[in-house]
Amino acid sequence: MIDTPTLAAFRFGYGLPYANSPSPKAMLAALAGPDDMAVHHPTMGLVEALPLMARAFEARKMARKDKMLGDKYKSAIRAVTLAAEADIRAQFARALDAQDGFRERLVAFWADHFTTKARSAMERGLPGAMIHDAIRPHISGRFADMLIAATLHPAMLSFLDQSASTGPNSPVGQRRKRGLNENLARELLELHSLGVGANYSQTDVRQMALLLTGLESNPLKGFQFHANRAEPGAEVVLGMPYGGEGIAPIKAALTDLAQRPETAAHIANKLAVHFVADQPNPELVVAMTRAYLDSGGDLQKVYAAMLDHPAAWAPERVKARQPVEFVLAALRAFGMTGPALRRMGRGQFLRIVLRPMRLMGQEWQQPIGPNGWPEDAAAWITPQGLGARITWAMEVPGRLMTPMPDPAGFARTALGTAADERLRWAVARAESKREGVGLVLASPAFNRR
Amino acid sequence: MDRRQLLRAMTWAGCSAAAYPWLTSVTMAQGAGLGENRLIVVILRGAMDGLDVVQPIGDRDFAALRPGLPTSEINLSGPFALHPGLGGLQKMWQAGQLGFVHATSTSYRDKRSHFDGQTLLEAGTGMDVPIGAQHDGWLNRMLQSVPGLTAETAYAVGREALPLLAGKGASRAWTPEVKLVLSQQSQTLLDHIYHDDDLFREAGTEAMELSQELAGRVVRSANESTTGNSAMGEDKAWPDIDSLVDFAAGRLAGATRIAAFSLAGWDTHRRQVAAIGRPLSRLQRIILRMQSQLGPQTWGRTTLIAMTEFGRTARQNGSGGTDHGTGGAMILAGGALRGGSVLGNWPGLAEAALYDRRDLMPTSDVRAWAAWAMRGMFGLQRSVLEGAVFPGLDMGDDPKLIL
Repeated sequence: MIDTPTLAAFRFGYGLPYANSPSPKAMLAALAGPDDMAVHHPTMGLVEALPLMARAFEARKMARKDKMLGDKYKSAIRAVTLAAEADIRAQFARALDAQDGFRERLVAFWADHFTTKARSAMERGLPGAMIHDAIRPHISGRFADMLIAATLHPAMLSFLDQSASTGPNSPVGQRRKRGLNENLARELLELHSLGVGANYSQTDVRQMALLLTGLESNPLKGFQFHANRAEPGAEVVLGMPYGGEGIAPIKAALTDLAQRPETAAHIANKLAVHFVADQPNPELVVAMTRAYLDSGGDLQKVYAAMLDHPAAWAPERVKARQPVEFVLAALRAFGMTGPALRRMGRGQFLRIVLRPMRLMGQEWQQPIGPNGWPEDAAAWITPQGLGARITWAMEVPGRLMTPMPDPAGFARTALGTAADERLRWAVARAESKREGVGLVLASPAFNRR
Repeated sequence: MDRRQLLRAMTWAGCSAAAYPWLTSVTMAQGAGLGENRLIVVILRGAMDGLDVVQPIGDRDFAALRPGLPTSEINLSGPFALHPGLGGLQKMWQAGQLGFVHATSTSYRDKRSHFDGQTLLEAGTGMDVPIGAQHDGWLNRMLQSVPGLTAETAYAVGREALPLLAGKGASRAWTPEVKLVLSQQSQTLLDHIYHDDDLFREAGTEAMELSQELAGRVVRSANESTTGNSAMGEDKAWPDIDSLVDFAAGRLAGATRIAAFSLAGWDTHRRQVAAIGRPLSRLQRIILRMQSQLGPQTWGRTTLIAMTEFGRTARQNGSGGTDHGTGGAMILAGGALRGGSVLGNWPGLAEAALYDRRDLMPTSDVRAWAAWAMRGMFGLQRSVLEGAVFPGLDMGDDPKLIL
């Protein structure tokens, strides 16, 4: 029978081994305390990402005028790419070194909730910068703050085309015959706040799109608000009028959206689906929704309601680890540390981490749509996805661990009390250490959480 | 009794394969129970702009709606012209192996969410079933309605799970990139470990069976001459696309009768002139390479259907793109197809004729065309198609899609 610390490590973290026995209380206290991992493994914010992007932007402009300067553009893009990869590694390193992993899993959850993708090579640093600037600082604060920071971040403004949207009656709209692009407005209501089931209309989408005009991601300056592209006059979203100058009315609308009961229910349900079960216990979701509404969207309170609820600790592990969790949990079990992951050669990092994740169905930072990665276990444990996990389990450990550990001991390290009788029986009968370790990693016991 | 009569008789009797022990071998010998025809379904994710792909250049209101999007000179039938991004398919059109349906959609309306739209498209249900309550895909229900099929009958190809083929009916899912090599002992032990977990047991068994079967299989070489489209430039996705198509074609050359996959990239909110070029070139490559890899005989028995969750706004938006709409287009190809026409009732683009004064008005249900294609290809009963495969659908009159 699985014990609570092991369950915590699987369900709310990146697996075993953990340094201190994780309890709900300790996990919440750590979350409220200082962010050690951000110090140990720094990532880049827009402050660092923007000069790299600006250099590539300028180099492209020059190269278009003079073909001889193409190499400068290429080297600028290479600098962006390497920095973005270093950023990914730092994020993964945090998952390897974190005490209980809850903060890192929450960051991954919110990064997925506010999915962004680079629209061009020069923007490759932006998705990570958004996590750094808009997600991580707010994960245990008010949802409204995160919603505002994410919506106004250049990564989001670019990915969901807000930069291309212009108020049709604004000076620029009139002069250059430009107009609305609905993309961000729709996903803001459908994905980021109310949820698709909420009672909003196409008119609300249009009004929200009009309200958001003026926001822009600029490759040289980052976030910009262009008053001469903003639609004049007030907009009415969900019956509430928002008027006035600058970004104040936009922030007011986002704050109101964050306080809506539909948003509370959407966020509570999504958290429960991600951490606990594809079909979560309704009482758990109700408790989390209530905590959200009672606290005005204080996320720390919502997590506390989740961890306090017995349904969050059901011993049946019905979720599947996503490929990124599978790989990082395995590396953790091998004893790999964050610094070692960051030192790994680029080729090896691609061969061992990023390319296999792609085969498992998770091309990192490239989900198909703005709704991010699927949650359903059946979306990951497909023949091809599981086939890729088994292949990794059989081939990669031998490249990282010499000598190979005893499989039974490795099962204890990687699974603790999560191992089942069938697995122990099989591991004892493997023909080699390589296959024994592979069986542990390929097992439902390791892949479910 | 020929096979079609047999199917009809069985459907009428509502019998199962178990009641006819001789059925399995008979249907296996006859090509897994569906006969010799092949169906390929491509789900176009992101909402393909039907009005840009099959342009109603002869409609008097069209030009004014989209002043910033160039019009094509590749005439199809009636008022329609084909986007140059699919220009490589002109020969296929002339040969009557390419067709389109315009102003068609699922029954999804108003919220215009990609994800709900795709759920409905793949589930094949109407709006009477709440979104989220769907538990299988229409292509899977088609498999369930034909007794005696093996898993090899239908393949979902690619890295992502495909809800279109999910369900109780046996089918396979694979991507040729995964190379799984296991010892006999490891396979036995994995079977043991997966025994009590349905999800892992089913996926694991299939992964192991399939990789063993595929190991040592000679990969058919590509006929490059028919796939080139150098004018569009290189595309880093082509090697991936080619390997998926080649894999699917290889299966379809054997006992497989159905292949399905998805192609993303159609969400062209801005600078559509550039943005739609890439997914179009990929779709064209899929179709042309499928034709060449299947060879004339199998292609002659094949119908490919490409469908999307909804169309896009009739008007271009304020940033040279289009936003989420309603009515759209469907693409049909294959040697079994009675092609060479743009089907569907054209509603026109006058403002009052638009849905919500904004989108192309749908005049048909996208499921009806798929149903008629399956009826023509596999001889499925109308009652099965309207009852089990697409519950509650009215197929309407026979458009005679299949030769």
